[in-house]
Amino acid sequence: MTAPARHRLAIYWAASCGGCDISILNLHEAILDLAERFEIVFWPAAMDVKYADVEAMPDGWIDLTLFSGGIRTDENAHLARLLRRTSRILVAFGSCATEGCIPGLANLRPIEDVVDVVLGQPTVVDADGTWPLMRLSVPEGELRLPALEPTLRTLDQVVAVDYRVPGCPPESERIAEVLGRLGAALDGREALPPSGAVLGAGDSTVCDECGRARSPKRIDRFARITELGSIDPERCLLEQGLPCNGPATREGCGAKCPAAGAPCIGCYGPAEGVVDFGGRLLSAFASVVDADDPAEIDRILDGLPDPVGQFYRFSLAGSLLRGGRRAAGPSVAAGEPELVAAGASLGAER
Amino acid sequence: MTATLPTAGRTSPTEAAVPFEPVIIGFTCNWCSYRAADLAGTARIKYPPNVRLIRLMCSGRLDPAFVLKAFAAGADAVVMTGCWPEDCHYRVQNVKALRRFELLRRVLTDLGIEPARFQRVYASAAEGQQLADAFTRIVADVRALGPLDWRVDLADPAAAPDEPVDGHEPAGKPEAPTPPEPAEVTA
Repeated sequence: MTAPARHRLAIYWAASCGGCDISILNLHEAILDLAERFEIVFWPAAMDVKYADVEAMPDGWIDLTLFSGGIRTDENAHLARLLRRTSRILVAFGSCATEGCIPGLANLRPIEDVVDVVLGQPTVVDADGTWPLMRLSVPEGELRLPALEPTLRTLDQVVAVDYRVPGCPPESERIAEVLGRLGAALDGREALPPSGAVLGAGDSTVCDECGRARSPKRIDRFARITELGSIDPERCLLEQGLPCNGPATREGCGAKCPAAGAPCIGCYGPAEGVVDFGGRLLSAFASVVDADDPAEIDRILDGLPDPVGQFYRFSLAGSLLRGGRRAAGPSVAAGEPELVAAGASLGAER
Repeated sequence: MTATLPTAGRTSPTEAAVPFEPVIIGFTCNWCSYRAADLAGTARIKYPPNVRLIRLMCSGRLDPAFVLKAFAAGADAVVMTGCWPEDCHYRVQNVKALRRFELLRRVLTDLGIEPARFQRVYASAAEGQQLADAFTRIVADVRALGPLDWRVDLADPAAAPDEPVDGHEPAGKPEAPTPPEPAEVTA
């Protein structure tokens, strides 16, 4: 019997911090198994392969692509389409690709505001008001910066996605599981998971894998961790008044944060069956507020000074309202034509 | 794909010729406010037809996702109606609904949706007139605010990716993607 063929693997980062790539590297020795089983054909974080090389690949030539990061620029969107075309299996990898993550919070404001914060209010002395030059001709050719899209989109808002791996970042042990499972399927030893499946995580919530003791909850105040004198090491953090996102968050991380005394922030995304992460979580919080009187309810809810940041920290771009009413749309493009892709809007580009 | 609400007759404020008719989703409780609406009907009490009622067993059944989905699908406002405090058929569920309402309203406000677009009304089964009056007032409020003008289109192809989901062999798209248009040169 011959050794199984090595499958072609691509790993790409769009609008991400690179933490997902680091989590892959954190496989430690297991990364040798990865290299044995997969031939890495494209991984900008670790090796030098040009986009032109990917553009030259035939359709479906790559067996498996792990795509991390959201779609923030036209370059991101181009690579999403390119890797969709050249990949048999495209995996939205990590929180940014699956639900927008922290960069998706920019959808709370119009893109002009984002540009203004980054470039219009420099934190260094900038008497000339320096602004990026979007195109520049040099002897070797023309250089061009990618244009911003009006909103940050999740990968599946741009191209069809086969599987999702949640987490900010996905835990390395879970990554090894996912690569093992998909590798076995590519070998033909196992069936592929059902299309659209969430891999590398369970179906239930972080509460179900959290070791803290739970009892019926009645919360008379929400507090920041610094406002509590001490934290009971055994008891549910939410019962102690810490806004813990465990009740809506998918299990898979091993409940590391609550075990360490820090509330869950929800980086593993919505549990199975949850339509809108923030909706589910605010429902869970509100149900246990210990007050019947509107004024008293208000006082307790004042303990959550940033509800959107609490309930949608990782999931805003992928939520039902995508970021809200102030998010940018086609009307903005006129303001910053050189930075914002003209005509690009949610789902409008074809 | 998200279902879209009927939007015929809707218009932007600039097209003042056609009056703006808000689409309002009203969630009712089976035991009180739905019967109040029924009473308003049998008593021939008039209220604007902009409010589309959806009956739940209790206002406590109102999952915040229902409200978010209504807004995402094009509603200009959402009304939660239910029993008066102390009168809940399920003892205290309307109070839990109140707490969720207050927290959801804070979230919606931060997302740019005015509080007047998400209101609550108490109505017992005998209060058909009060319910009709409340709906009349809310429709006027929302009419004054104008359409919920999303700067992005949440309902239309937004929900669908640029390329269709067709299982594990997305080979039906052989043509190369068009490279992005380069931005204009600016000095």
